[in-house]
Amino acid sequence: MLSEQVLTHAVAGEVNGRFPEAILEANDHLGELTLYIDPAQIVAVCAFLKHEGKFIRLSGITATDWHPADPRFEIIYHLHSFDRNLRVRLKCRVPESSASIDSVTGVWRGADWYEREVFDMFGVTFRNHPDMTRILMPEDWDGHPLRKDYPIHGHKYSYQSEKS
Amino acid sequence: MKALDDHTAAPIAAEALPAEPGKGRRMVLNMGPQHPSTHGVLRIVIELDGETIVKARPDIGYLHTGIEKEFEVKTWHQGVTLTDRVDYLANLSNNLCYALAVEKLMQLEIPARAQWMRVMLVELQRIESHLVWLGTHALDIGAMSVFFYCFREREDILRIKEFFSGQRMMTSYIRPGGLALEPPRGWEKMVGKFIDTFPSRVDQYEDLLEKSPIWLSRTKKVGYISLDDMLDLGVTGPMIRGAGMALDVRKNTPYSSYEKFDFRVCTHTDNDVYARYRVRLEEFRESAKIVRQALDGMPEGEWQANAPKMVLPDREKMKTQMEALIYHFKIVTEGYRVPAGEVYQCIESPRGEIGYYAVSNGTSRPYRLHMRTPSFANLQALTPMVEGCLIADTIAGLGSMDFVLGDTDR
Repeated sequence: MLSEQVLTHAVAGEVNGRFPEAILEANDHLGELTLYIDPAQIVAVCAFLKHEGKFIRLSGITATDWHPADPRFEIIYHLHSFDRNLRVRLKCRVPESSASIDSVTGVWRGADWYEREVFDMFGVTFRNHPDMTRILMPEDWDGHPLRKDYPIHGHKYSYQSEKS
Repeated sequence: MKALDDHTAAPIAAEALPAEPGKGRRMVLNMGPQHPSTHGVLRIVIELDGETIVKARPDIGYLHTGIEKEFEVKTWHQGVTLTDRVDYLANLSNNLCYALAVEKLMQLEIPARAQWMRVMLVELQRIESHLVWLGTHALDIGAMSVFFYCFREREDILRIKEFFSGQRMMTSYIRPGGLALEPPRGWEKMVGKFIDTFPSRVDQYEDLLEKSPIWLSRTKKVGYISLDDMLDLGVTGPMIRGAGMALDVRKNTPYSSYEKFDFRVCTHTDNDVYARYRVRLEEFRESAKIVRQALDGMPEGEWQANAPKMVLPDREKMKTQMEALIYHFKIVTEGYRVPAGEVYQCIESPRGEIGYYAVSNGTSRPYRLHMRTPSFANLQALTPMVEGCLIADTIAGLGSMDFVLGDTDR
């Protein structure tokens, strides 16, 4: 259940008023509002916040791997409203068994590279993304480096000639 | 010599001609990863129709060094050295962003003197970064001498950084809990000497460029990208201020006592390479103003927070006090623990919004640290900026974005 105190926050109230089922959890730890959004509604909530909540800027998208917890991944969206001088963090929990979520590139074109980065580093795919390929690692790379079960070094050599 | 001048002499091969008028044969050009104008290892695959760019696709990742992964095995204390190496032209800005994020997680108060010192150093860093940008950007479009003037002043700033921290670039000087070392004796004189002369140096750059018809024709009405596109793509920093939007974290959500300084957010409305140049030139003057205010009004007091469990003790105290020695041992071996939680801390770097998203699970190592770097976001604007432009304008457009590839790829 959402606490009364969080709902007094303007943004939480607006989202809750429009999408009563979308917020699964919320907190405002250290003065930063975090809303846990139902992954099925993330695009609708983002579009609502952009067009009606004046959150015209997407600061970034990233993820956290909570291995071995389930759901394993958290996808994190940082939104910024210049007009209201507000920032809000949206989170979606994604299980490892179906590690994919809808892309928000339709809402902000700038989400493109961030989502590719999350895919590259965590292996979470984004549905309806125009170009779901690796961005930082080489195209033929094995594994997703920022997963917690990926070793810090000694994974493999990147050059064939160095294999003995 | 008549034969050479006579272009009609050799018949043009039929396959070189466009199949139908207006539909030329396209050429794919691979610009980079080693190209002087990309200032790093960036590859752009360009599809050309004559000299006009039809498609441009940036290919990044050549400088990816896994810094975010590296953070997860370093202690919070060691992490600060990694932040230097993200954006090698804005080391202190990255230090500050990291320090503020950790301090916010720990809810630690920083003494006023340390905060003002941080502001002063970060503004010097902004000047330094803009100097490198102006010098190399002018060099790219053919104005060579500006480069030498800019690097003359940059050297002064590097000396100031060395004087403070012992390092010219990888300073690690701003740390969680305050500063790394006590500001050295005589720093006021050194910074004062620089800031006395600097505004007149900015006038010199302006004189060199503003009256050059080549500079004006290569920058005005070049590299246009609409404000809506920029907002959609998450562009920040001087690029969006050059489009008339006063987006500046220092003013919108002041950090490190920026609210006590009097400065202007520089904007321009033309939204081209020239506008971005004007914005950065004005920022030279505003940053110099901030440094001057910091120098004149520097508060007295401590330069580190009173938090013995996370701030390394004084070397002298270590020799005389048992507690200091124990704290030192604990910080260096185990590291300090940061309460569980998460924070998104952003600051205005020379290139735009740096945002550190730090997650702690209560141990002495970051559970996750994501860097929202301005170069990464700004580089996405490359495609809409250069498509439809001439290939020579790409160089000017690229330069005006002022990205650092280390910052993009991390």
